[in-house]
Amino acid sequence: MSVTTQAAAPPVNRKKNSLSDGQGRLAAMLLSPTLLILVVVVIIPVIMSIRESMYRKLDGVDPNTGEVLAGEPFVGLGNYITAFTSASGENVTGVFGTMPRLVNAFINNMYFTVVAVSLETVLGVAMALIMAKAFRGKGLVRASILIPWAIPTIVSAMMWKLIFDSNGVANKILGQKILWLQDNAYSQWAIIIADVWKTAPFIGLLALAGLQTIDTQVYEAASVDGANKWQQFVRITLPLMKPALVVAVLFRTLATMAVFELPWGMMGPNKYSVETLSTFAFTEARATRYGQAAAYSVLMFLLVALVAYLFIKLLGADVIGDEEVKAVSAQRKRAKAAHKAELSGGGHTGGGAGVVTTTSGEAQQ
Amino acid sequence: MTAPASTTEFKTTAAEVASLARKERDGKYWFGTIASIVGMAAIVLYCVLPFYWMIVSSLRLPTMGMSNDFLPNPPSLENFAAVFSPANNFGQALINSVIVSFVTTILTLLFGILGAYALARLRFPLKGLVLALIIGCSMFPGITLLIPLLKMFTGTYEWFPNWMNTYQALIIPSLSFGLPLCVWNLTAYFRQLPVELEHSAMVDGCTPAQAFRLIIMPLAAPGVFTTAILVFIAVWNEFMIANTFGTTKAMMTAPVAVNQFTGSLGFNTPFGTIMAAGVIITIPLIVLVLFFQRRIIGGLAAGALK
Repeated sequence: MSVTTQAAAPPVNRKKNSLSDGQGRLAAMLLSPTLLILVVVVIIPVIMSIRESMYRKLDGVDPNTGEVLAGEPFVGLGNYITAFTSASGENVTGVFGTMPRLVNAFINNMYFTVVAVSLETVLGVAMALIMAKAFRGKGLVRASILIPWAIPTIVSAMMWKLIFDSNGVANKILGQKILWLQDNAYSQWAIIIADVWKTAPFIGLLALAGLQTIDTQVYEAASVDGANKWQQFVRITLPLMKPALVVAVLFRTLATMAVFELPWGMMGPNKYSVETLSTFAFTEARATRYGQAAAYSVLMFLLVALVAYLFIKLLGADVIGDEEVKAVSAQRKRAKAAHKAELSGGGHTGGGAGVVTTTSGEAQQ
Repeated sequence: MTAPASTTEFKTTAAEVASLARKERDGKYWFGTIASIVGMAAIVLYCVLPFYWMIVSSLRLPTMGMSNDFLPNPPSLENFAAVFSPANNFGQALINSVIVSFVTTILTLLFGILGAYALARLRFPLKGLVLALIIGCSMFPGITLLIPLLKMFTGTYEWFPNWMNTYQALIIPSLSFGLPLCVWNLTAYFRQLPVELEHSAMVDGCTPAQAFRLIIMPLAAPGVFTTAILVFIAVWNEFMIANTFGTTKAMMTAPVAVNQFTGSLGFNTPFGTIMAAGVIITIPLIVLVLFFQRRIIGGLAAGALK
């Protein structure tokens, strides 16, 4: 990772710049405490997690010799393989059928994420549109919209647990006797509703911030050209709001995939219809099966990395938002294009390796 | 077009200008106004009603925890008294929460201000990589970090002391999300300040360090303050780390304590007491939100992490 980027860095430095001379050392000094801490509290634990996931704690009794098993032998990818197969004999039955426990948790996770984030985004954008049009009462709305965001998630989990109790107010209003918290499809909806309630206003706030950067003259010009309200929304509002919205949705997606407090607080552990990768891995870790737990959490990490990558590549989420970095990368792209043109013009071949290095360096940035 | 010409030749009075400038209040206008008010009311109700239910439930008698009346009847503060019964040790939990949140916030600010300033102002190689690393850290699923730390802190390894139920075990892992949040927000703030400020200070003879300390810090104070609030709220609300490393009654933070309330009434979930504790935990945050709503919204829009 760092090797390729270092290989790509020299072209940036080639030109001496009076503004940037000597700033590298100062930057290193100022940033090193932060980076050191991040290495200690994030990078090292992740590496330890990956290492840990290759070991498995033995417990139980050996069926052949009758000996009590102990120790933590190296099992390679064994933890990952047993997680995806039912070899461990740990098939569970959730809402989506009977399957290995990890697969069940994974499907629950995906289901929560897709449904909850879609609902949050639609509701959030609707809220932003309403707030942008508001004449008065903005202060009141702003204050109230921050309440769901400010309430600790675990407290809101307990709150929704009370609301969704079989004798609770949700059933009273609906006139039903739904067992929301009894490990079934309704439990999934209870969690989705609790999550949407807490985070739709947050997306609304960020969408509103994106909305307020749009010049009203754009709308005036569009309406002069005969665009109706819906066309204005689809062709102007959404595209111009997109940069702010995509980043917000990305962070919500990643947070929803790691959802822990809501299923834990509302239903507790070992409820298969609402078990997520986080709660499953946590349950395993609590049982000191660190190897398996680490394997599940590494899968979770890979999933998060993949989703983040897709958001950045396919939807163009600009999470970094630094003008200079953008300029440097654009400059590098131009240099690469010029280099390529020069190569093809001069009839040379074999510049491929250099180009590949630059591309991978760029992907990191 | 020129102003003097129009006043002399057409004699448009101020009243006429005002009436022309005013928007026409036709049916469309009223429809829009009413729709907007209805929409705003819907948003407020959506946000406030569940919270209202929490407050109402906390104000009932402890024996009426499952009552579904929309007003507490009779209203009572007994649940709040029950929260602080010695069995719950909630006072200690609040103190723990305050310690962990304050220390984490101060540590993140201490390191974050320096790092953010470098990211916002200085030019250096690998800047994109550093930014990507910091934002990547904030995207991390907490559980991936927690498992090896749990194994480490429980004294599994000989080279590492048992850190379960210590403040450092609650504070240090919290930096993993607090520090990126802090650096990210502050970078956004520092970027907004014109770089000419430092340039002119240095022309006047300041060293870069002096320019930062005497010019930038006072101007960035509101941003630092907002960031402190955001980090504080994030740490105050944190549950997974606290639930993992603070397991004894003496070392629980308030959110963990709420989750584990047994109440004074025996086997049923003591919802009244839990809601009262939830209200107590949430009140400092609601106060912060009410006082600093503009700043917080600005900070969220700039940082957009949590």
